Amino acid sequence: MPAPIRLRELIRTIRTARTQAEEREMIQKECAAIRSSFREEDNTYRCRNVAKLLYMHMLGYPAHFGQLECLKLIASQKFTDKRIGYLGAMLLLDERQDVHLLMTNCIKNDLNHSTQYVQGLALCTLGCMGSSEMCRDLAGEVEKLLKTSNSYLRKKAALCAVHVIRKVPELMEMFLPATKNLLNEKNHGVLHTSVVLLTEMCERSPDMLAHFRKVSANCNLVPQLVRILKNLIMSGYSPEHDVSGISDPFLQVRILRLLRILGRNDDDSSEAMNDILAQVATNTETSKNVGNAILYETVLTIMDIKSESGLRVLAINILGRFLLNNDKNIRYVALTSLLKTVQTDHNAVQRHRSTIVDCLKDLDVSIKRRAMELSFALVNGNNVRGMMKELLYFLDSCEPEFKADCASGIFLAAEKYAPSKRWHIDTIMRVLTTAGSYVRDDAVPNLIQLITNSVEMHAYTVQRLYKAILGDYSQQPLVQVASWCIGEYGDLLVSGQCEEEEPIQVTEDEVLDILESVLISNMSASVTRGYALTAIMKLSTRFTCTVNRIKKVVSIYGSSIDVELQQRAVEYNALFKKYDHMRPALLERMPVMEKATTNGPTEIVQTNGETEPAVLETKPPPTGLQPTSQANDLLDLLGGNDVAPVIPTAPSSKPASAGGELLDLLGDLNLPGSPVSAPAPQISQPPFLLDGLSSQHLFNDIAAGIPSITAYSKNGLKIDFTFERSNTNPSVTVITIQASNSTELDMTDFVFQAAVPKTFQLQLLSPSSSVIPAFNSGTITQVIKVLNPQKQQLRMRIKLTYNHKGSAMQDLAEVNNFPPQSWQ
Amino acid sequence: MIKFFLMVNKQGQTRLSRYYEHVEIHKRTMLEAEVIKHCLSRSKDQCSFIEYKDFKLVYRQYAALFVVVGINETENEMAVYELIHNFVEVLDKYFSRVVSETSNLLQNISSLSKLWLL
Repeated sequence: MPAPIRLRELIRTIRTARTQAEEREMIQKECAAIRSSFREEDNTYRCRNVAKLLYMHMLGYPAHFGQLECLKLIASQKFTDKRIGYLGAMLLLDERQDVHLLMTNCIKNDLNHSTQYVQGLALCTLGCMGSSEMCRDLAGEVEKLLKTSNSYLRKKAALCAVHVIRKVPELMEMFLPATKNLLNEKNHGVLHTSVVLLTEMCERSPDMLAHFRKVSANCNLVPQLVRILKNLIMSGYSPEHDVSGISDPFLQVRILRLLRILGRNDDDSSEAMNDILAQVATNTETSKNVGNAILYETVLTIMDIKSESGLRVLAINILGRFLLNNDKNIRYVALTSLLKTVQTDHNAVQRHRSTIVDCLKDLDVSIKRRAMELSFALVNGNNVRGMMKELLYFLDSCEPEFKADCASGIFLAAEKYAPSKRWHIDTIMRVLTTAGSYVRDDAVPNLIQLITNSVEMHAYTVQRLYKAILGDYSQQPLVQVASWCIGEYGDLLVSGQCEEEEPIQVTEDEVLDILESVLISNMSASVTRGYALTAIMKLSTRFTCTVNRIKKVVSIYGSSIDVELQQRAVEYNALFKKYDHMRPALLERMPVMEKATTNGPTEIVQTNGETEPAVLETKPPPTGLQPTSQANDLLDLLGGNDVAPVIPTAPSSKPASAGGELLDLLGDLNLPGSPVSAPAPQISQPPFLLDGLSSQHLFNDIAAGIPSITAYSKNGLKIDFTFERSNTNPSVTVITIQASNSTELDMTDFVFQAAVPKTFQLQLLSPSSSVIPAFNSGTITQVIKVLNPQKQQLRMRIKLTYNHKGSAMQDLAEVNNFPPQSWQ
Repeated sequence: MIKFFLMVNKQGQTRLSRYYEHVEIHKRTMLEAEVIKHCLSRSKDQCSFIEYKDFKLVYRQYAALFVVVGINETENEMAVYELIHNFVEVLDKYFSRVVSETSNLLQNISSLSKLWLL
């Protein structure tokens, strides 16, 4: 077998490969040769082969068959073999492979070797890939080496100790005594690694931190560090440590970082450091990048510790100087650190606002992003108009990946600091028109809510929105908001009254034209179409001459392929035909919505109040129109049931929408504006919703025992109600239902629905499951919250659907036997 | 903490790679390709720090060779920038004429291992 080629040859051959496939072929051939050579247990060329293997591994090819060979190399006596072996171990092995444990003994022997280089190799490898078992076994040896006089070894031992501590934090105390003398070294290498070790210890354990902070005879860390730093700055030129005129900047940076950790939240240490920090800040030369790196670290340290205010001002001025520097890197770090400090030193940073705003126009992506974040942090009541102008300009010209963030930021800032409603609406309009498609989904409901709140601006708003979509209706959020507004305030639009702006003359037909084109357009998302259709429907009460046209449109979509649209259209059709008397009431203007408070984990499914029970009975057909809106994420809540219960349209802890007379049994009158406020914040919390039931008491101050009742008992299904009321909030009653099944077969897909008279409000939380096991072996629990502000007698109508014995069962019942204590 | 250290040439071939955390082999090649794509798309007067996924890249170009270091937030970016330069200078001193000879120097087996151990 000819001698295997050297690594050099291999690299040369691989370089000549012109395509990826050729290279792969060469490598495979070589791998095969190497494998057969390994099989032959060839000692002389093993190290060469492993070296080649490592090179191939670096290029990205699998090389795990070389792991054992590395071990053999480590065990050999030749230094060159050992070197390659350890290198291979570091690159190929890690704690995931079981093979690595075999190395432990070898490393142990090598740690006690006579040659320092071998010891060094072993330390390196342990420090690189040692697993926790290995570290535990060998920590003693490492600690011993930490105390030797050989600085080469001490340096490596300190780094190894860092790794050991990372893997096995309990061993930290073992290294503590050795650290006492570490800082007395002259050798910068040892100093550097010791500082790293101390930093790691302080970061990992607050006890260590406290230990190092206190000044005592044993350990006075901070003064020592200060002394070292001072020497570094003051000492003259030393060729071995010099980098561009500054003496060992890496060590300086490390020490500064350790000082930062020591001084954080600690007054004494911070005081000891003040002088040296000031000295470093003023004496460091800033012409080269090195100096700037040190200054950067100093600034970070000053900001983090409890420094005196003079020092902080100095730091911010340094950052300001950085901002004006031409070098991009420096500007970038300045912006980053300003972002960190803007919370605490807001006023100081404001001084540099104009420079920051200029950075928005920079070409560099990283700088732009930082400047944008910083600008948002700097907006306050005084500068909001100017800043907004700049930010809007930025929004126009920035890259797409920024637009979403920028838009959300602008909305937030506008909400907090808007000087006037009109300005607010203008700003939002501007955002929607420029970056419309990047706006986040929750912006639409927020915006709608804002518009309803500014009552006097309705005419102006709707007019502007109308003009905006006249030209271009491809930006979905804009179109959604516009359709909603036109639906609500279409009459204002047509009547041409607008104080703020020049009123435009619009006829009803034109309005319907635009809405219809939104419906037809391919660019409209299905949600947008829903908005448009409902808007058209609402206009049927607002407009006078075009009702027939509206009827026609609505009936066309009764056979649309999109189920959501179809459902809406059919329901609206029904409104025209059978329930025409209800139409005006139903489609009344929305009242002002309160801002939804984001409720905690247990909110969500809400069944709305209904009108007289009499109405309920006679309306079977609309009920047949469930299931509820697929668009509504609330579906997912009830444990993934396919039979979605009637999820009501309007979110209801607020005044129910559309004049408060929603018939929830009309299936899903999904006035699109409405799932807006509440579900929006809720939809953004899906993870919480499925958390089943909290079985604890929901109130801390429960009114004493209210008797529980059996609400329903038929066909083997029994439902019990237990009550809880709070003393602090007497109008809320919490009912926990327990459903049990005494038949021999399970009841599956069990859905419990409830409705209460108009004066009550009901909230249904998610059930524990949808299967009631047979023979009373388990129950389904569900919590209902009833708000009874008028303290009327509690009545409830319940509807149960489940599958039993292979057939679907459904039952309606009324519960009248509520104990008086539950509602009085 | 430094996550990785790469030396990649303009064509995207990795000349040296050292990972300080475990990364799957095929992910490494993907990572290297993406990183070099980012670095190549920068112009000369843009800043040397790129935010990539959840860490930062600090890169420095030396003729046809890019030295890229991936760091997390605790590191001082400028110090790392200096470190790269220092490293290249050391290589230079040790092997002389680093940049143009990176290919040749890497053919030397002992220097390859020394390079790693450095």
